[in-house]
Amino acid sequence: MVKASQQEYEELIKGIWRDNPVFAQVLGMCPMLAVTNSAINAIAMGGATFFVLVGSSFLVAAFKSWIPKQVRISCFIIIIATFVTVADYTLLALIPGVHKELGAFIPLIVANCLILGRQEAFASKSTIRLALLDAIGMAAGFMLALLMLGAVREILGDGALFGIKLFGTQFEPWVIMILPPGGFLTLGLLLLLFNWLAVKRRKFLDEVIKAERGQS
Amino acid sequence: MKAKNIIEPGRESQTVVSASRIILTLAIAGLISGVAIVGIYEATFDTIAENRARELRDAVFTVLPGIDSMREMVYREGQLVEGKAAIEEPSVYAGYDSSGEFKGYAIPARGPGFQDTIVLLYGYRMDTGRIVGMQVLESRETPGLGDKIFKDPEFVAEFNSLEVQPGIVLVKGGSRAGNEVDAITGATISSRAVVRIINQANEKWLSKLTLQHPIRSNGKGEK
Repeated sequence: MVKASQQEYEELIKGIWRDNPVFAQVLGMCPMLAVTNSAINAIAMGGATFFVLVGSSFLVAAFKSWIPKQVRISCFIIIIATFVTVADYTLLALIPGVHKELGAFIPLIVANCLILGRQEAFASKSTIRLALLDAIGMAAGFMLALLMLGAVREILGDGALFGIKLFGTQFEPWVIMILPPGGFLTLGLLLLLFNWLAVKRRKFLDEVIKAERGQS
Repeated sequence: MKAKNIIEPGRESQTVVSASRIILTLAIAGLISGVAIVGIYEATFDTIAENRARELRDAVFTVLPGIDSMREMVYREGQLVEGKAAIEEPSVYAGYDSSGEFKGYAIPARGPGFQDTIVLLYGYRMDTGRIVGMQVLESRETPGLGDKIFKDPEFVAEFNSLEVQPGIVLVKGGSRAGNEVDAITGATISSRAVVRIINQANEKWLSKLTLQHPIRSNGKGEK
Protein backbone atom coordinates (compact mmCIF):
# COMPACT_ATOMS: atom_id res chain seq x y z
CA MET A 1 0.00 0.00 0.00
CA VAL A 2 1.07 3.54 -0.72
CA LYS A 3 1.67 5.44 2.47
CA ALA A 4 -1.12 7.96 2.95
CA SER A 5 0.10 11.50 2.75
CA GLN A 6 -0.93 14.18 5.23
CA GLN A 7 -3.29 15.76 2.69
CA GLU A 8 -5.07 12.50 1.96
CA TYR A 9 -5.57 11.90 5.65
CA GLU A 10 -6.90 15.44 6.03
CA GLU A 11 -9.45 14.99 3.21
CA LEU A 12 -10.73 11.80 4.78
CA ILE A 13 -10.95 13.03 8.33
CA LYS A 14 -12.30 16.56 7.82
CA GLY A 15 -15.85 15.48 6.98
CA ILE A 16 -16.28 13.43 10.12
CA TRP A 17 -15.98 16.22 12.64
CA ARG A 18 -14.36 19.55 11.73
CA ASP A 19 -16.26 20.12 8.46
CA ASN A 20 -19.14 17.80 9.38
CA PRO A 21 -21.81 18.23 6.66
CA VAL A 22 -24.56 18.62 9.24
CA PHE A 23 -22.98 20.34 12.23
CA ALA A 24 -20.46 22.58 10.45
CA GLN A 25 -21.91 23.10 6.96
CA VAL A 26 -25.59 22.67 7.92
CA LEU A 27 -26.34 20.81 4.68
CA GLY A 28 -28.83 18.01 3.99
CA MET A 29 -31.32 19.18 6.59
CA CYS A 30 -34.37 17.64 4.90
CA PRO A 31 -33.48 13.94 5.38
CA MET A 32 -31.73 14.91 8.61
CA LEU A 33 -34.96 16.07 10.23
CA ALA A 34 -37.40 13.81 8.43
CA VAL A 35 -36.10 10.28 8.90
CA THR A 36 -34.25 10.40 12.21
CA ASN A 37 -37.14 9.29 14.41
CA SER A 38 -35.36 6.00 15.03
CA ALA A 39 -31.75 4.86 14.99
CA ILE A 40 -32.33 2.12 12.41
CA ASN A 41 -33.92 4.59 9.96
CA ALA A 42 -30.96 6.91 10.49
CA ILE A 43 -28.52 4.10 9.66
CA ALA A 44 -30.44 3.10 6.53
CA MET A 45 -30.62 6.68 5.30
CA GLY A 46 -26.93 7.18 6.15
CA GLY A 47 -26.03 3.99 4.29
CA ALA A 48 -27.99 4.99 1.18
CA THR A 49 -26.43 8.46 1.20
CA PHE A 50 -22.97 6.92 1.68
CA PHE A 51 -23.44 4.71 -1.38
CA VAL A 52 -24.77 7.55 -3.54
CA LEU A 53 -22.11 10.08 -2.46
CA VAL A 54 -19.13 7.74 -2.84
CA GLY A 55 -20.40 6.34 -6.14
CA SER A 56 -21.13 9.69 -7.75
CA SER A 57 -17.93 11.31 -6.45
CA PHE A 58 -15.96 8.51 -8.08
CA LEU A 59 -17.71 8.90 -11.44
CA VAL A 60 -17.58 12.69 -11.41
CA ALA A 61 -13.86 12.68 -10.61
CA ALA A 62 -13.23 10.03 -13.27
CA PHE A 63 -15.08 11.85 -16.05
CA LYS A 64 -14.42 15.43 -14.99
CA SER A 65 -12.37 16.33 -18.09
CA TRP A 66 -15.02 14.94 -20.46
CA ILE A 67 -17.95 16.88 -19.03
CA PRO A 68 -18.40 20.32 -20.63
CA LYS A 69 -18.63 23.04 -17.99
CA GLN A 70 -21.96 24.34 -19.33
CA VAL A 71 -23.82 21.10 -18.59
CA ARG A 72 -21.83 19.90 -15.60
CA ILE A 73 -24.73 20.27 -13.15
CA SER A 74 -27.05 18.26 -15.43
CA CYS A 75 -24.43 15.54 -15.70
CA PHE A 76 -23.93 15.46 -11.93
CA ILE A 77 -27.67 15.14 -11.42
CA ILE A 78 -27.92 12.30 -13.96
CA ILE A 79 -25.12 10.45 -12.18
CA ILE A 80 -26.59 11.07 -8.72
CA ALA A 81 -30.13 10.14 -9.79
CA THR A 82 -28.89 6.86 -11.25
CA PHE A 83 -27.17 5.90 -8.01
CA VAL A 84 -30.26 6.92 -6.01
CA THR A 85 -32.49 4.70 -8.17
CA VAL A 86 -30.09 1.80 -7.68
CA ALA A 87 -30.12 2.39 -3.91
CA ASP A 88 -33.92 2.68 -3.92
CA TYR A 89 -34.51 -0.66 -5.65
CA THR A 90 -31.78 -2.40 -3.65
CA LEU A 91 -33.33 -1.31 -0.34
CA LEU A 92 -36.80 -2.30 -1.59
CA ALA A 93 -35.55 -5.77 -2.47
CA LEU A 94 -33.36 -6.38 0.58
CA ILE A 95 -35.05 -4.61 3.51
CA PRO A 96 -38.63 -3.74 2.48
CA GLY A 97 -39.60 -2.88 6.05
CA VAL A 98 -37.04 -0.09 6.35
CA HIS A 99 -37.81 1.08 2.81
CA LYS A 100 -41.46 1.48 3.81
CA GLU A 101 -40.47 3.63 6.81
CA LEU A 102 -38.19 5.88 4.77
CA GLY A 103 -40.78 6.19 2.00
CA ALA A 104 -40.31 9.19 -0.26
CA PHE A 105 -37.05 10.23 1.38
CA ILE A 106 -34.97 7.70 -0.56
CA PRO A 107 -35.78 9.23 -3.98
CA LEU A 108 -35.31 12.65 -2.36
CA ILE A 109 -31.60 11.90 -1.79
CA VAL A 110 -31.24 13.29 -5.34
CA ALA A 111 -32.13 16.69 -3.93
CA ASN A 112 -29.77 16.41 -0.95
CA CYS A 113 -27.54 19.46 -1.39
CA LEU A 114 -24.70 17.73 0.43
CA ILE A 115 -24.20 15.35 -2.49
CA LEU A 116 -24.42 17.89 -5.31
CA GLY A 117 -22.33 20.24 -3.17
CA ARG A 118 -19.45 17.76 -2.88
CA GLN A 119 -19.47 17.13 -6.67
CA GLU A 120 -19.40 20.82 -7.51
CA ALA A 121 -17.00 21.89 -4.76
CA PHE A 122 -14.64 18.96 -4.62
CA ALA A 123 -14.99 15.88 -6.84
CA SER A 124 -15.10 17.82 -10.12
CA LYS A 125 -11.71 19.39 -9.30
CA SER A 126 -9.67 16.64 -7.75
CA THR A 127 -8.17 13.27 -8.46
CA ILE A 128 -10.26 10.13 -8.10
CA ARG A 129 -8.32 9.12 -5.00
CA LEU A 130 -8.87 12.40 -3.18
CA ALA A 131 -12.51 12.59 -4.29
CA LEU A 132 -13.16 9.12 -2.90
CA LEU A 133 -11.49 9.95 0.43
CA ASP A 134 -13.45 13.19 0.67
CA ALA A 135 -16.74 11.43 -0.15
CA ILE A 136 -16.11 8.65 2.38
CA GLY A 137 -15.28 11.18 5.09
CA MET A 138 -18.29 13.39 4.35
CA ALA A 139 -20.71 10.46 4.12
CA ALA A 140 -19.37 9.01 7.36
CA GLY A 141 -19.81 12.40 9.03
CA PHE A 142 -23.37 12.62 7.70
CA MET A 143 -24.15 9.14 8.96
CA LEU A 144 -22.66 9.95 12.36
CA ALA A 145 -24.84 13.05 12.62
CA LEU A 146 -27.97 11.14 11.53
CA LEU A 147 -27.23 8.41 14.05
CA MET A 148 -26.68 10.89 16.91
CA LEU A 149 -30.00 12.57 16.17
CA GLY A 150 -31.82 9.28 15.59
CA ALA A 151 -30.51 7.72 18.79
CA VAL A 152 -31.41 10.72 20.97
CA ARG A 153 -34.89 10.94 19.47
CA GLU A 154 -35.60 7.22 19.70
CA ILE A 155 -34.39 6.94 23.30
CA LEU A 156 -36.47 9.88 24.49
CA GLY A 157 -39.44 9.51 22.15
CA ASP A 158 -39.88 5.75 22.24
CA GLY A 159 -37.83 4.60 25.24
CA ALA A 160 -35.87 2.29 22.95
CA LEU A 161 -32.70 2.05 20.89
CA PHE A 162 -32.63 -0.01 17.65
CA GLY A 163 -36.11 -1.20 18.64
CA ILE A 164 -34.94 -2.63 21.98
CA LYS A 165 -36.84 -1.19 24.94
CA LEU A 166 -34.41 0.42 27.38
CA PHE A 167 -36.71 1.35 30.22
CA GLY A 168 -39.50 -0.51 31.95
CA THR A 169 -43.17 -0.01 31.29
CA GLN A 170 -43.15 2.89 33.77
CA PHE A 171 -41.38 5.13 31.24
CA GLU A 172 -43.78 7.49 29.49
CA PRO A 173 -42.26 8.27 26.03
CA TRP A 174 -41.91 11.93 25.06
CA VAL A 175 -43.96 11.60 21.91
CA ILE A 176 -42.90 15.12 20.86
CA MET A 177 -39.35 13.84 20.26
CA ILE A 178 -40.31 11.57 17.36
CA LEU A 179 -42.60 14.20 15.88
CA PRO A 180 -41.08 16.95 13.66
CA PRO A 181 -40.65 19.50 16.52
CA GLY A 182 -38.46 16.98 18.36
CA GLY A 183 -36.18 16.87 15.32
CA PHE A 184 -35.71 20.63 15.37
CA LEU A 185 -35.15 20.69 19.14
CA THR A 186 -32.57 17.88 19.05
CA LEU A 187 -30.78 19.34 16.03
CA GLY A 188 -30.62 22.76 17.70
CA LEU A 189 -29.16 21.31 20.89
CA LEU A 190 -26.62 19.21 18.99
CA LEU A 191 -25.54 22.28 16.95
CA LEU A 192 -25.11 24.16 20.23
CA LEU A 193 -22.96 21.35 21.60
CA PHE A 194 -20.88 21.16 18.42
CA ASN A 195 -20.20 24.89 18.35
CA TRP A 196 -19.45 24.99 22.08
CA LEU A 197 -16.88 22.23 21.61
CA ALA A 198 -15.39 24.02 18.58
CA VAL A 199 -14.98 27.25 20.59
CA LYS A 200 -13.43 25.36 23.51
CA ARG A 201 -10.99 23.60 21.20
CA ARG A 202 -9.92 26.86 19.56
CA LYS A 203 -9.32 28.47 22.98
CA PHE A 204 -7.32 25.46 24.09
CA LEU A 205 -5.15 25.56 20.96
CA ASP A 206 -4.57 29.30 21.43
CA GLU A 207 -3.42 28.67 24.97
CA VAL A 208 -1.08 25.91 23.84
CA ILE A 209 0.49 28.25 21.27
CA LYS A 210 0.81 31.00 23.91
CA ALA A 211 2.39 28.63 26.39
CA GLU A 212 4.87 27.41 23.77
CA ARG A 213 5.85 30.98 22.94
CA GLY A 214 6.25 31.79 26.63
CA GLN A 215 8.66 28.91 27.06
CA SER A 216 10.89 29.63 24.09
CA MET B 1 -17.21 25.84 3.30
CA LYS B 2 -13.76 27.14 2.46
CA ALA B 3 -13.44 30.07 0.09
CA LYS B 4 -11.04 28.16 -2.14
CA ASN B 5 -13.80 25.70 -2.88
CA ILE B 6 -16.18 28.30 -4.22
CA ILE B 7 -13.85 29.95 -6.73
CA GLU B 8 -14.47 28.51 -10.17
CA PRO B 9 -11.22 27.62 -11.91
CA GLY B 10 -10.93 28.86 -15.50
CA ARG B 11 -10.17 25.35 -16.64
CA GLU B 12 -12.80 25.18 -19.36
CA SER B 13 -14.40 28.60 -19.21
CA GLN B 14 -12.07 29.96 -21.92
CA THR B 15 -12.45 27.07 -24.34
CA VAL B 16 -15.48 27.20 -26.61
CA VAL B 17 -17.49 24.00 -26.46
CA SER B 18 -19.66 23.22 -29.46
CA ALA B 19 -23.36 22.60 -29.00
CA SER B 20 -23.11 19.14 -30.53
CA ARG B 21 -20.49 18.13 -27.95
CA ILE B 22 -22.84 19.25 -25.14
CA ILE B 23 -25.77 17.36 -26.64
CA LEU B 24 -23.63 14.28 -27.19
CA THR B 25 -22.37 14.31 -23.59
CA LEU B 26 -25.87 14.57 -22.15
CA ALA B 27 -27.20 11.92 -24.53
CA ILE B 28 -24.46 9.46 -23.58
CA ALA B 29 -24.92 10.20 -19.87
CA GLY B 30 -28.67 9.68 -20.19
CA LEU B 31 -28.22 6.49 -22.17
CA ILE B 32 -25.81 4.94 -19.65
CA SER B 33 -28.06 6.01 -16.80
CA GLY B 34 -31.10 4.49 -18.51
CA VAL B 35 -29.34 1.19 -19.06
CA ALA B 36 -28.21 1.13 -15.42
CA ILE B 37 -31.73 1.80 -14.15
CA VAL B 38 -33.29 -0.86 -16.37
CA GLY B 39 -30.60 -3.26 -15.18
CA ILE B 40 -31.28 -2.73 -11.49
CA TYR B 41 -35.05 -2.85 -12.09
CA GLU B 42 -34.74 -6.20 -13.83
CA ALA B 43 -32.29 -7.52 -11.24
CA THR B 44 -34.50 -6.72 -8.26
CA PHE B 45 -37.93 -7.27 -9.85
CA ASP B 46 -38.36 -10.91 -8.77
CA THR B 47 -37.22 -10.30 -5.20
CA ILE B 48 -39.52 -7.31 -4.82
CA ALA B 49 -42.54 -9.19 -6.22
CA GLU B 50 -41.71 -12.13 -3.94
CA ASN B 51 -41.47 -9.82 -0.90
CA ARG B 52 -44.86 -8.30 -1.70
CA ALA B 53 -46.52 -11.68 -2.17
CA ARG B 54 -45.00 -13.02 1.06
CA GLU B 55 -46.07 -9.92 2.97
CA LEU B 56 -49.66 -10.37 1.77
CA ARG B 57 -49.65 -14.09 2.51
CA ASP B 58 -48.32 -13.46 6.02
CA ALA B 59 -51.04 -10.87 6.57
CA VAL B 60 -53.80 -13.23 5.38
CA PHE B 61 -52.50 -15.99 7.66
CA THR B 62 -52.38 -13.52 10.59
CA VAL B 63 -55.94 -12.24 10.24
CA LEU B 64 -57.41 -15.71 9.69
CA PRO B 65 -55.93 -17.77 12.53
CA GLY B 66 -55.76 -21.51 11.95
CA ILE B 67 -55.65 -21.51 8.17
CA ASP B 68 -53.18 -23.50 6.13
CA SER B 69 -53.70 -22.34 2.55
CA MET B 70 -55.34 -19.46 0.71
CA ARG B 71 -56.86 -18.63 -2.68
CA GLU B 72 -57.57 -15.30 -4.27
CA MET B 73 -61.26 -14.82 -5.11
CA VAL B 74 -62.45 -12.19 -7.57
CA TYR B 75 -65.95 -10.71 -7.72
CA ARG B 76 -66.74 -10.96 -11.41
CA GLU B 77 -70.14 -10.73 -13.15
CA GLY B 78 -72.16 -11.00 -9.97
CA GLN B 79 -70.34 -13.90 -8.32
CA LEU B 80 -67.17 -14.85 -6.55
CA VAL B 81 -64.79 -16.85 -8.68
CA GLU B 82 -61.27 -18.00 -8.11
CA GLY B 83 -58.63 -16.10 -10.00
CA LYS B 84 -56.11 -13.34 -10.05
CA ALA B 85 -57.63 -9.88 -9.77
CA ALA B 86 -56.94 -7.35 -12.50
CA ILE B 87 -56.06 -3.82 -11.43
CA GLU B 88 -59.00 -2.12 -9.66
CA GLU B 89 -60.97 -5.37 -9.64
CA PRO B 90 -62.40 -6.19 -6.19
CA SER B 91 -60.97 -9.35 -4.65
CA VAL B 92 -60.79 -11.19 -1.32
CA TYR B 93 -58.78 -14.16 -0.07
CA ALA B 94 -60.41 -17.38 1.00
CA GLY B 95 -58.60 -19.32 3.72
CA TYR B 96 -58.71 -23.10 4.28
CA ASP B 97 -57.43 -25.18 7.18
CA SER B 98 -55.15 -28.21 6.84
CA SER B 99 -58.05 -30.57 6.02
CA GLY B 100 -59.20 -28.32 3.17
CA GLU B 101 -62.14 -26.96 5.15
CA PHE B 102 -63.16 -23.42 4.23
CA LYS B 103 -62.55 -21.15 7.24
CA GLY B 104 -63.22 -17.57 6.21
CA TYR B 105 -62.34 -14.61 4.06
CA ALA B 106 -59.53 -12.08 4.39
CA ILE B 107 -60.89 -8.80 3.07
CA PRO B 108 -58.59 -5.95 1.96
CA ALA B 109 -59.93 -2.45 2.55
CA ARG B 110 -58.68 1.10 2.23
CA GLY B 111 -59.79 4.57 3.17
CA PRO B 112 -58.60 7.95 4.39
CA GLY B 113 -56.83 8.06 7.76
CA PHE B 114 -55.54 11.06 9.68
CA GLN B 115 -52.56 11.69 7.36
CA ASP B 116 -52.89 9.49 4.32
CA THR B 117 -54.74 6.44 3.02
CA ILE B 118 -54.82 3.51 5.43
CA VAL B 119 -54.72 0.10 3.76
CA LEU B 120 -55.69 -2.84 5.95
CA LEU B 121 -56.73 -6.46 5.81
CA TYR B 122 -59.22 -8.17 8.11
CA GLY B 123 -60.36 -11.73 8.53
CA TYR B 124 -64.09 -12.54 8.52
CA ARG B 125 -65.66 -15.84 9.56
CA MET B 126 -68.95 -16.55 7.75
CA ASP B 127 -70.14 -19.17 10.27
CA THR B 128 -69.85 -16.94 13.35
CA GLY B 129 -70.37 -13.62 11.61
CA ARG B 130 -67.36 -12.20 13.39
CA ILE B 131 -64.16 -10.45 12.47
CA VAL B 132 -61.30 -12.60 13.72
CA GLY B 133 -58.26 -10.44 13.01
CA MET B 134 -57.07 -7.17 11.55
CA GLN B 135 -53.72 -5.99 10.23
CA VAL B 136 -52.75 -2.57 8.89
CA LEU B 137 -50.74 -2.97 5.68
CA GLU B 138 -49.98 0.65 4.81
CA SER B 139 -50.38 3.88 6.73
CA ARG B 140 -48.69 7.19 7.38
CA GLU B 141 -50.33 7.94 10.72
CA THR B 142 -48.47 10.17 13.21
CA PRO B 143 -45.58 8.29 14.80
CA GLY B 144 -46.18 7.74 18.51
CA LEU B 145 -49.91 8.54 18.32
CA GLY B 146 -51.82 7.41 15.24
CA ASP B 147 -49.44 4.54 14.54
CA LYS B 148 -50.85 2.82 17.62
CA ILE B 149 -53.56 1.44 15.31
CA PHE B 150 -50.99 -1.25 14.47
CA LYS B 151 -48.41 -0.86 17.26
CA ASP B 152 -50.80 -1.06 20.23
CA PRO B 153 -51.47 -4.78 20.83
CA GLU B 154 -54.60 -4.01 22.89
CA PHE B 155 -56.21 -2.10 20.03
CA VAL B 156 -55.32 -4.77 17.47
CA ALA B 157 -56.72 -7.45 19.83
CA GLU B 158 -60.10 -5.64 19.81
CA PHE B 159 -60.57 -7.09 16.33
CA ASN B 160 -59.90 -10.71 17.30
CA SER B 161 -63.58 -11.43 17.94
CA LEU B 162 -65.82 -8.66 16.81
CA GLU B 163 -69.45 -8.82 15.75
CA VAL B 164 -70.20 -6.94 12.56
CA GLN B 165 -73.99 -6.63 13.01
CA PRO B 166 -75.45 -4.02 13.23
CA GLY B 167 -72.14 -2.30 12.44
CA ILE B 168 -68.96 -1.73 14.46
CA VAL B 169 -69.13 1.12 16.96
CA LEU B 170 -66.18 3.07 18.34
CA VAL B 171 -66.48 3.79 22.08
CA LYS B 172 -64.28 5.43 24.69
CA GLY B 173 -63.41 4.01 28.09
CA GLY B 174 -63.58 0.29 27.41
CA SER B 175 -65.58 -1.80 24.97
CA ARG B 176 -68.40 -3.92 26.43
CA ALA B 177 -70.76 -5.08 23.70
CA GLY B 178 -69.66 -7.56 21.03
CA ASN B 179 -69.60 -4.96 18.28
CA GLU B 180 -67.72 -2.26 20.19
CA VAL B 181 -64.10 -1.17 19.72
CA ASP B 182 -62.30 0.89 22.37
CA ALA B 183 -60.69 4.01 20.86
CA ILE B 184 -56.98 4.68 21.47
CA THR B 185 -56.35 7.65 23.76
CA GLY B 186 -54.69 10.36 21.69
CA ALA B 187 -55.49 8.64 18.40
CA THR B 188 -59.27 8.89 18.23
CA ILE B 189 -59.29 10.00 14.60
CA SER B 190 -57.07 7.12 13.45
CA SER B 191 -59.14 4.63 15.49
CA ARG B 192 -62.33 6.01 13.99
CA ALA B 193 -60.81 5.75 10.51
CA VAL B 194 -60.04 2.04 11.00
CA VAL B 195 -63.59 1.32 12.18
CA ARG B 196 -65.09 3.35 9.33
CA ILE B 197 -62.93 1.59 6.71
CA ILE B 198 -64.02 -1.84 8.00
CA ASN B 199 -67.69 -0.85 8.16
CA GLN B 200 -67.59 0.44 4.58
CA ALA B 201 -65.86 -2.71 3.36
CA ASN B 202 -68.45 -4.84 5.19
CA GLU B 203 -71.25 -2.96 3.48
CA LYS B 204 -69.63 -3.62 0.13
CA TRP B 205 -68.66 -7.25 0.68
CA LEU B 206 -70.88 -9.09 3.16
CA SER B 207 -73.79 -9.51 0.76
CA LYS B 208 -71.44 -10.84 -1.93
CA LEU B 209 -69.69 -13.47 0.17
CA THR B 210 -71.13 -16.97 0.18
CA LEU B 211 -71.05 -19.32 3.16
CA GLN B 212 -71.07 -22.53 1.15
CA HIS B 213 -67.94 -21.93 -0.78
CA PRO B 214 -68.34 -23.17 -4.37
CA ILE B 215 -64.80 -24.42 -4.72
CA ARG B 216 -63.46 -26.74 -2.08
CA SER B 217 -59.76 -26.54 -1.59
CA ASN B 218 -58.04 -29.76 -2.62
CA GLY B 219 -55.04 -28.82 -0.55
CA LYS B 220 -53.20 -27.47 -3.54
CA GLY B 221 -53.91 -23.88 -2.65
CA GLU B 222 -51.15 -21.36 -2.29
CA LYS B 223 -49.16 -22.26 0.79
